Amino acid sequence: MIAFAIRRLLQALGVMLVVALISFMMFRFVGDPVNQLVGVDTSPAEREALRQALGLNDPVLLQFARFVIKAAQFDFGISYQFKQPVASLIASRLPATLELSFVSALFALAVGVPMGVYTGLYRNTWLARAFLTISLIGVSLPTFLIGILLIFVVSVNLGWLPSFGRGDVVDLGGGWTTGLLTKSGLQSLILPSITLGLFQMTLIMRLVRGEMMEVLRTDYIKFARARGLSRRAINFGHALKNTLVPVITITGLQLGSIIAFAVITETVFQWPGMGLLFLQAVQNVDIPIMAAYLLLIAFLFVIINFIVDLLYVAVDPRIRLGGAAS
Amino acid sequence: MSYATEPEGKAAQTAPEGVKGGTRPGFVRRIADSDIWYSFTRSPLTMVSAVVTAIFMLAALFAPLIAPHNPFDPASISIMDSFYPPIWEADSDPRFLLGSDDQGRDVLSTILYGMRISLAVGFASVIFAMVIGVTLGLLAGYLGGWVDSVIMRIADVQLTFPAILIALLINGVARAMAGPQSYDNVVFAVLVLSIGLSFWVQYARTVRGSVLVEANKEYVLAAKLIGLKPITIMFKHVLPNVLGPVLVIATINLALAIITEATLSFLGVGVPPTEPSLGTLIRIGNDFLFSGEWWVTIFPGITLAILALAVNLLGDWLRDALNPKLR
Repeated sequence: MIAFAIRRLLQALGVMLVVALISFMMFRFVGDPVNQLVGVDTSPAEREALRQALGLNDPVLLQFARFVIKAAQFDFGISYQFKQPVASLIASRLPATLELSFVSALFALAVGVPMGVYTGLYRNTWLARAFLTISLIGVSLPTFLIGILLIFVVSVNLGWLPSFGRGDVVDLGGGWTTGLLTKSGLQSLILPSITLGLFQMTLIMRLVRGEMMEVLRTDYIKFARARGLSRRAINFGHALKNTLVPVITITGLQLGSIIAFAVITETVFQWPGMGLLFLQAVQNVDIPIMAAYLLLIAFLFVIINFIVDLLYVAVDPRIRLGGAAS
Repeated sequence: MSYATEPEGKAAQTAPEGVKGGTRPGFVRRIADSDIWYSFTRSPLTMVSAVVTAIFMLAALFAPLIAPHNPFDPASISIMDSFYPPIWEADSDPRFLLGSDDQGRDVLSTILYGMRISLAVGFASVIFAMVIGVTLGLLAGYLGGWVDSVIMRIADVQLTFPAILIALLINGVARAMAGPQSYDNVVFAVLVLSIGLSFWVQYARTVRGSVLVEANKEYVLAAKLIGLKPITIMFKHVLPNVLGPVLVIATINLALAIITEATLSFLGVGVPPTEPSLGTLIRIGNDFLFSGEWWVTIFPGITLAILALAVNLLGDWLRDALNPKLR
């Protein structure tokens, strides 16, 4: 177990170093960092002095090492467009994105699992077919289109829910704001969460459905039926429980995707999160923000993958034994 | 699409029976006899999506002939015509079937021309991804060793991130390198590059897997024995035998590429409004959703949705039809 964890940790470090190298190369070689910081009327001598002060004349390897050390301390430099430290910009936007992502993941699980169980148990009812058709549409339609259609129907035509922003937020201290405690904040969360979570919901539904159909064919379910257990006990106690390991894994892995896909949802709903910041950075060629966002997302992905790997080993004894044997 | 169906029809027909030379039946006959055609005619949903896809592609191809207006011709558009609703609504103008947008352009015509751009970028990106992925997959599988390790490690790292994020990053970097002035000239190349580079991994992995199997077969050994160069063996002998799954991935990827292009354009980092794709049209129209001019964004949106759904269904069907395990 520990050997497995250490091996995974080293792999994760390797991935992070590669991503850091890409970020660094973007930072250093795409455009001239000095040009971005000074005005047009700065003299060549002053530019050279700044170049020296920033350490841009040092060997590239030394610069990379410095970049990695600084990044590990969450120092990503100054944003070209906002003239503020990138780290504080991202920190102020992080709560909005994380809140949206977690609510979306919850929505995807809370709706996707029951729908999956239902379609797995009652395959040929019209409701199961309706669910499957909806899931096909959910997989095929681009996220932003779903968002626009929701805004059009729910906000513009029905006028039920707000269509942009976070509503009123409460500061929990330390700059962490939440919209979960106010009515307008909760209302503002509904449409973006559905938009962001719909794809994951359909994924979870199809996964649970497939697993349920597979598990229901196994001998131990037949045996449970022969023992005369109630349908409820068989379906939920035995069958569903055994489908949950892959569901947990996929949901965990999808959490990273949700945070990344938040870029699109945040744009549609003008949600003041990290994704919107990143998109503005891409449009305005703000390399420090792009590099920092890339590193942050990579970090999240690596952490999530690591935890999921460990959970997997903890949950499924077959992997543990197989790993120990090899 | 005619390119895609031809080798599949052949592969499905000749592979199980091993027809060699002799009297080969005509092309139409072989298609009609094939398993794939049979499974096609048994699935009404697939036939509908094939017809829809074909209609959309033809409409895009012949847009200049079909479209009632030329939305790119400044002489023919007038700002006085802006925001006419579709003709079944009040205050409409019979010249604009689906209404007109903020600049007085006919929505139906912009959709037809936009679909042309969306499909062109989609096809080009898929071909680009296919060329890169297949080449790297062949090299990795056939040469092995450090070439294999390097290529597959890059693929692994890239696979950790969602494609849209990679496309956005490449887009940002290309934007920085081109500079803001010259960016509009290279926007299509940048789009194809960013979408293509975010999709190549799937091809590379599939091709590598098949090459590992093929490389040990006798025909490859024979080719080596008579002293053919590795390049010749890879591209002339191994490649044709690993292309089947590649075409399936390409079909599924076409829907993804169209969606990715639309997403990038919607986010404002894709096709500029002067030559709008479907995504750009939706982005432009989105600003008018609240002031009541819903048709400017909803019609391109529905078009994109139907197109993506139809191509997706076709890809799904093709994957199942070509997968011998499911037969």
